[in-house]
This record gives sequence, structure tokens and C-alpha cells, in this order.
Amino acid sequence: MVKIHIRKKTKLNTEIKISADPLHIQSCIDWVMSPQCGGINVFIGTVRNETKGKKVIRLEFEAYESMAISEMNKIAEDVLKKWPVQKILIHHRTGVLQTCEVPVVIAVAAAHRDAAFNACRYAIDTLKQTVPIWKKEIFEDGEVWVGPHP
Amino acid sequence: MKVLAFGIVKDIFSNSIVDVHLPSDSTIKELKILLEEKYPGLHQLGSYMVAMNNEYASNGDVIHEGDEVAIIPPVSGG
Repeated sequence: MVKIHIRKKTKLNTEIKISADPLHIQSCIDWVMSPQCGGINVFIGTVRNETKGKKVIRLEFEAYESMAISEMNKIAEDVLKKWPVQKILIHHRTGVLQTCEVPVVIAVAAAHRDAAFNACRYAIDTLKQTVPIWKKEIFEDGEVWVGPHP
Repeated sequence: MKVLAFGIVKDIFSNSIVDVHLPSDSTIKELKILLEEKYPGLHQLGSYMVAMNNEYASNGDVIHEGDEVAIIPPVSGG
């Protein structure tokens, strides 16, 4: 099998990206902005400085990139089937992230807000369940791969 | 056959890719049994998935030559 290494997938109404470089929130919003839209819902994941009372120094994200892109694309396809959404963008970081850095941005534009809210919520919840990306928490006294999220 | 490892499974295998000897046309289940015997840490992990050619695979799926196989521990992106 020829392994094709895809890091980015863009269609007219969908943009999916995995990036080792910082995510640009405004560019994400600009990408989904369209004249047919009455609202944009944006989820921005940020790195928290503690977990269960323990100080987190930094996070390290690893992705199975080709499969992650494929699973993120499935989420976008599902969203476009389930809700009247104009555009959806999902960007995810890899590598080392410090507190307050942004591992994930999801932006959804729709004619009306209900669809944008519901679709954005579905996209982040599903991403956390199905997309092969893992985070490692680095503490002052050790490190641990994080298990599944509630 | 080469098997890709990610996250905690990389630590369990002490490698991001391992070579296993499995008869041709074995199933995902047979691969899991073999890997869990070789790496008890994988068995202790309890829940994990196997992906074949970038898709989640089921226990009964047959692995063919050239398929890209990866062990997917519980994901934690976002």
C-alpha cells in the first residue's frame, strides 16, 4: 500500500488540519465566515494548568495523522448531514503546548444559531471520542498519558 | 508484519513500530492475542482499538499483506 501523508483536507465547506504550529483563531473564524450565515459558533480548547489538583507544566500532543484527518473529516461530513450548517473547520495542534495555548479550534457557521451551537458541541464531543490524538500531561514530578475524557 | 504504536502503547512496546510474525489472513483478534502475550502491559491496558488502513477495525476483520495496522489506545485529544 502506498502511504499518502495528508495533513490538511480542504473542501468548499470543510477545512480539516493537524498542525505542529500555533493555531490562529481569527483565521479560523475568517475561513467559515460567509454571506449566508447568521452566526458562527467557535470552540477553543485551551491548556489548563492543573488536573485533579496537580500542577501541569505542559502538555504534549501526538496524532496518528492520516487516520486523525480521516476521522475529523467524518465528523465534518456528519455535521453537514445532521444540521443546516454552511461551513465547518476543525484544526488540531500536535507537539508541546504550554498553559493557555490552544490545542483545538472548531468553528461552525450556519444561517441560524441553533444549528451552529449543536453542530459545534457534537463536533468537539465526537472528536474527543473518535479522533486518534493523545495528550501526555507533564507534572513537576513525572508524566502520564491521559485516558479517555468524560 | 509491522504494527504502529501510539500514546501509551509506544511505552508498552518500547517502540513506535514493532514487527510481529502472524500467519497470512489472520484476524484482528488473533493479532491482539499475540500482542497481549508478548506485551502483558497491553492486556493490562484493558480497552484499546486496532486500526487497519486508517479505519477502526473489528475483531473478525482479516489482515491482508500490505495493510497498515495500528494500535489505538483510548484517545485524549481536544
